Amino acid sequence: MRYIEPHGHMVSRTTDDYQAMVTSGCAAVCEPAFWAGFDRGGPESFRDYFSQLTEHEPRRAAKFGLPHYSWICLNPKEAEDLGLAREVLTIIPEFLDRPNVLGVGEIGLNKNSRNELQVLERHIELAAEHDQLILVHTPHLEDKRKGTRLILDALAAESRIRPERCIIDHVEEHTIRMVLDEGYWAGMTLYPESKCSAARAVDMLEIYGTERIWMNSACDWGVSVPKAVPYAMLEMRLRGHDPDWIDRVAFRNPSAFMSQCSRFRIPE
Amino acid sequence: MRRQAILDRYFLDARHKLIDVAAFLDRVERGEGDADFRLAAFHQAVDVLRERRPDKAEAVLTVFSDPTDEPIAVADTQGACGAWPGSGKES
Repeated sequence: MRYIEPHGHMVSRTTDDYQAMVTSGCAAVCEPAFWAGFDRGGPESFRDYFSQLTEHEPRRAAKFGLPHYSWICLNPKEAEDLGLAREVLTIIPEFLDRPNVLGVGEIGLNKNSRNELQVLERHIELAAEHDQLILVHTPHLEDKRKGTRLILDALAAESRIRPERCIIDHVEEHTIRMVLDEGYWAGMTLYPESKCSAARAVDMLEIYGTERIWMNSACDWGVSVPKAVPYAMLEMRLRGHDPDWIDRVAFRNPSAFMSQCSRFRIPE
Repeated sequence: MRRQAILDRYFLDARHKLIDVAAFLDRVERGEGDADFRLAAFHQAVDVLRERRPDKAEAVLTVFSDPTDEPIAVADTQGACGAWPGSGKES
């Protein structure tokens, strides 16, 4: 079984995780910019982080034969500070042409505040100005439904944004329909304690189909499972889905989305 | 999948989770002091499970969700607690 991990925060993971993923069939990993678990001290910390995502981490992944791609942004958890956000937004363009960068992400909302929304809108403008793909983080738990609606409205308000070039991640049963109906890609995140389980993800695939959907582990520094995607593939197989159906969701769909960026090479 | 196959594959797991939910509610009842809005929301979500509808997962998620439309003024925390403070209130 081959698969692409389209959302993994590998800077937080061990080399054992790289080895486990590759030996489970992972053919490429894509890493959106994320919150460190604590607020960074200033804009230069972000420059260091973006360098890590575009220089160091690809080299670490290459030691396991794994192509590594990244997405650049200020994560919504740190978007309440508009001064910091403005400074980081001036740094981001320096990194958008790096050889492993696929686009702007994971942008979005966290608590659905006015400042977060303002920073999201600026990121969307930046992506439009630089013709970048967009990867969107939707809020957690009680904030997800409202935040997803606000995010879709913000994207629709920028006329240069094409929905087929945006992935709205962390969808669940109460948000997946609005995302797909408005022409966006939907990402399902497989987490042990929140977001969605493998069984629920496969339920949603059976209900909504496999068009414009991918799955990811979003493995990071918290409770998360780097091999969540292959575990979900096993769930599909046990339900009787054929190998082509599974391959489409786990490999060809993420490959099709990210191939809209010329820097993405479909893994052999 | 056929219903029988679904039961064969998922019944024990769902039974296990349901008993965990029951034990959680027992634990809360044994506890002392007042409960906050999350318990009311939880009871409202449990009520959804008894409804004969094909979208119970969506309905449960909606019970816990913020139903308002406008951005909040300021994010004074970075975390989420799992239920909207206004959810679960008796109408």
